[in-house]
Amino acid sequence: MSASNGSNGNGRLIGKSVKRVEDKRFITGKGKYTDDIILQGQTYAHFVRSPYAHARILNIDISEATDMPGVIAIYTGADVADINGVPCGWQVNFKNGDIMKEPKHPLLVADKARHVGDPVAVVIAETREQAKDAALSVMVDYEELPAIVNAAEAVKPDAPQVHDEAPNNTCFDWELGNPKEEVDQAMAQAAHVTTLEFVNQRVVPNAIEPRSYNAVYDPTSEKYTLYTSTQNPHLIRLLMCAFVLGIPEHKVRIVGPDVGGGFGSKIFHYTEEALLTWAAKKVGRPIKWTSERTESFLLDAHGRDHVTKAEMGFDQEGNILALRVKTYANLGAYLSTFSTCVPTYLHGTLLQGLYTTPKINVDVTGVFTNTTAVDAYRGAGRPEATYLLERLFDLAALEMGMDPAELRLKNFIPPFDGVNQPGYQTQVALQYDSGNYHGVLEKGLEMLGYEDFRRQQKEAAQNGKLLGVGFSTYIEACGIAPSAVVGSLGCRAGLFEVGQVRVQPTGKVSVFTGSHSHGQGHETTFAQVVADKLGIAMEDVEIVHGDSDTVAFGMGTYGSRSLAVGGSAIMRSIDKIVEKGKKIAAHKLEASADDIDFDHGKFTVKGTDKSLAFGDVALTAYVPHVYPADLEPGLDFSSFYDPANFTYPFGCHIAVVEVDKDTGAIKLQRFIAVDDVGNIINPMIVEGQIHGGVAQGVGQALFEGAEYDENGQLINASYMDYCIPRADDLPMFETGHQVTPCPHNPLGVKGAGEAGAIGSTPAVVNAVIDALWSGGHKVKDIRMPLTPERVWRAIQTSSN
Amino acid sequence: MITVEFDYKKATTVEEALAALANGDGKLLAGGYSLVPSMKLRLSQPEFLIDISSISSLKGIQEEDGFIVIRAGTTHAEILNSALIQEKLPFFHTAAGVIGDVQVRNRGTIGGSLAHADPAADWPALVLAADAVIDVVSRNGSRSISATDFFTGLFSTALGENELITAIRIPVPPAGTRTAYMKFEHPASRFAIVGCAVMRFPDGKINIAFTGVAEYAFRDKGAEQAVAGNTLDAASMDAAVNAALQGQDVSFMGDNFASEEYRRHLAKVYLKRALQAVA
Repeated sequence: MSASNGSNGNGRLIGKSVKRVEDKRFITGKGKYTDDIILQGQTYAHFVRSPYAHARILNIDISEATDMPGVIAIYTGADVADINGVPCGWQVNFKNGDIMKEPKHPLLVADKARHVGDPVAVVIAETREQAKDAALSVMVDYEELPAIVNAAEAVKPDAPQVHDEAPNNTCFDWELGNPKEEVDQAMAQAAHVTTLEFVNQRVVPNAIEPRSYNAVYDPTSEKYTLYTSTQNPHLIRLLMCAFVLGIPEHKVRIVGPDVGGGFGSKIFHYTEEALLTWAAKKVGRPIKWTSERTESFLLDAHGRDHVTKAEMGFDQEGNILALRVKTYANLGAYLSTFSTCVPTYLHGTLLQGLYTTPKINVDVTGVFTNTTAVDAYRGAGRPEATYLLERLFDLAALEMGMDPAELRLKNFIPPFDGVNQPGYQTQVALQYDSGNYHGVLEKGLEMLGYEDFRRQQKEAAQNGKLLGVGFSTYIEACGIAPSAVVGSLGCRAGLFEVGQVRVQPTGKVSVFTGSHSHGQGHETTFAQVVADKLGIAMEDVEIVHGDSDTVAFGMGTYGSRSLAVGGSAIMRSIDKIVEKGKKIAAHKLEASADDIDFDHGKFTVKGTDKSLAFGDVALTAYVPHVYPADLEPGLDFSSFYDPANFTYPFGCHIAVVEVDKDTGAIKLQRFIAVDDVGNIINPMIVEGQIHGGVAQGVGQALFEGAEYDENGQLINASYMDYCIPRADDLPMFETGHQVTPCPHNPLGVKGAGEAGAIGSTPAVVNAVIDALWSGGHKVKDIRMPLTPERVWRAIQTSSN
Repeated sequence: MITVEFDYKKATTVEEALAALANGDGKLLAGGYSLVPSMKLRLSQPEFLIDISSISSLKGIQEEDGFIVIRAGTTHAEILNSALIQEKLPFFHTAAGVIGDVQVRNRGTIGGSLAHADPAADWPALVLAADAVIDVVSRNGSRSISATDFFTGLFSTALGENELITAIRIPVPPAGTRTAYMKFEHPASRFAIVGCAVMRFPDGKINIAFTGVAEYAFRDKGAEQAVAGNTLDAASMDAAVNAALQGQDVSFMGDNFASEEYRRHLAKVYLKRALQAVA
């Protein structure tokens, strides 16, 4: 373990709830987002989009639009026919070894539209208003075709075909775990099998900043610049340059300035980014496009959308024997950047959960439909896995007449720290790093006052009231990811991170990170780590991110990876700074480098009071008059950190609800979250991440859901219809923490960005089911979101 | 979310507003919280807007000649914060507090809401239950429309093309009157899935009005008659609930979030709760 492990840091800043340094500019409206950037000669784009989910394009007439005021150029699918489509970043193969079906995702469609909002043409004009007015004058003749929106229906032989090259709309079929026959055999031995057929519904990411791009080409330097609301500037550069436009990477600069939320939806390389970059050279002026809110609903890659049948077998005593899962995963009309790995390697691999399940088989079919692409959304596959397991657990307990907490404790993997005890090898490919699963559940039960609650629930039931409690004990794989491992699973990129630490001559420090902050607070957390480790003030540390010309390289921010991977890269560079600093100090102090200690910003000769301040060493590095002969000047190191394993945060979420049996309305009374995210740098920021994640997870359980009609129209594509939870929809969250350090990264951190969204959803649904059972309504499932009418109908049906 | 091009005129008096309204395809702009979004979606494309939000004669709440007079340009927040309303018409206070959110309440006006006649708006149920009259004016003169005659269909009212609402007048309730407004709201829009307004007079007369259930808000005479003059007890409440929604000549609504069957059920549940509140 490295010398700068968090456990032996000096603790002055690590672990403190330092207020977020970025908030001053955000709260005062001084944040600079892509749409705030107006370039010399700025023009604006507006897209002509298909109003149909599936329609052949017969003719496009741009003559009227071309003559409209301010119009500079109009391009259609024919103009970009020779340009590649945007690529998928992860290859998943069929069970028989065939490569997944990967139809072209063109920048503008020429033959047919495959979902509502598919771009047919783009108008570039002097103003945003002129571009929109002209776009509405582009006449497109469509021949509407039957559409298919449901993944389980789409694989049937008579379903409409989204792509000719993908028969039965199947992109891939895939399985993981133990051979199916072994699982079938184990299931046949079970004294009790709990079966659940359910839909993990599609949700809309709803970043408050709409996607926005501004592209410009400089003919003098022959260089393109794209300002983009992205979570990963370098990845966009790689995908766009190498796979779509064929531009040398050194001729493209990507800038991701302040970004107002992503939740995954801004990881992906979207067609508009490449189209604007391409068109900027043709037009010879910068082109900006900012998504309208309706376009955000229709085009930002959605999340979830699984149709699943899951079965869990138990013996007489309630020990798990087997888990069998069949899922149809809706991928939408085209493959988005990571859409194929979400329902497979980020979902199937988590089906061990926290349990000792000896036999697991998961079978996933990836399916094309006439809907918006589906890709990673906060948690990405792991919420789907957690929902499946945790719903099964609470339901099994109800069916077997057992206590859901006891059933979990009975089946948990015993505690292991990953140092003295080895990691836990699952049946589904992963090896967990460290865990203490009993601890989080026991803490949760204590915070809840479990015995008291069960008493209250009984009393309530006697008074005709429906009170319920729901549990979710989750695990996730984040700190994404070891490059060789993901490469062997089909990822077409490495998932390391870059961290450069540049000490300036005066001892001030600039940190260049490939991570990208779009709400996470990196400017605070990373500065805390660096200032703590170097013993300097936080104000003396600047965090630089988001510009491909400034930062060497980077894989960006998603999968709760920034601190575990990006922070570790920075730690590596800090180690190098300290090591070199010791040599410089030793030379000046006339001692051996081995005899130099570095602590609290001071290089000291062991056992003496002879010391040099960090700033003096920095100055010496740049003014090397008294300096080791064999050492280069300067104090500036860059590191590429490739993690040894994923990290595995886990926790216990508990929801308490009351159901109004006359209306089906649900009141979420309490929400308890005990999370173990490893070591914590800034407790306030971690708490904030948990709160936000829980709100999103509760949102999926109770409020959110993209509703398509049979024609493929998204019928709730507005905030008047699509409900994201507001503060008054939620109780005060009760949070608790347990710390089980990650054994394989220098900070011992696991990641906190997605935990809330992963753990919370099933806890809420389980609580509602528990409430209904307490009143004798033995309902197995209610489709999310649990709208009052759905709950009311479930009560009515089960009462008959 | 870009409107088509339009002109903007600011009126400082009712006369100016009426003159502008008579002069082309214009729309009155009060709070703008319904009109502007529909313009951004290009569902509404007026040639010009007449901003009436700073006409002082359209502001304020007073007691005059046996009526509580709420001028049309009074915002929901002003109604919420009025001591007179809280004392004399407490269910108006309740309703004002559950309209939209703080921003909507600060901008939106009661006159704008009534003229727009959204089938899920709150105020229609309140003015119906309170026996209000709606004062309107045009260049041809002024008239008063009874609330029961005002709502005529989905987003439709008895308001003439060039008429403007000036005030809502509600007879001052006699001492001992009890009121309630119970609302089951849509979680996203916060509009009413069902809103039930009840006013119970000391002589036993009860007014009952619903919003959200049908294409426009209505008084439920059947339910009123079932319970009028009786002691409000379990039996009379059940009679009212059983009679509710029968024989109404309005089309009931249903959508993806709440079906017609569910709304009808909710209306009865909320009527019972409102009656319990005024018992």
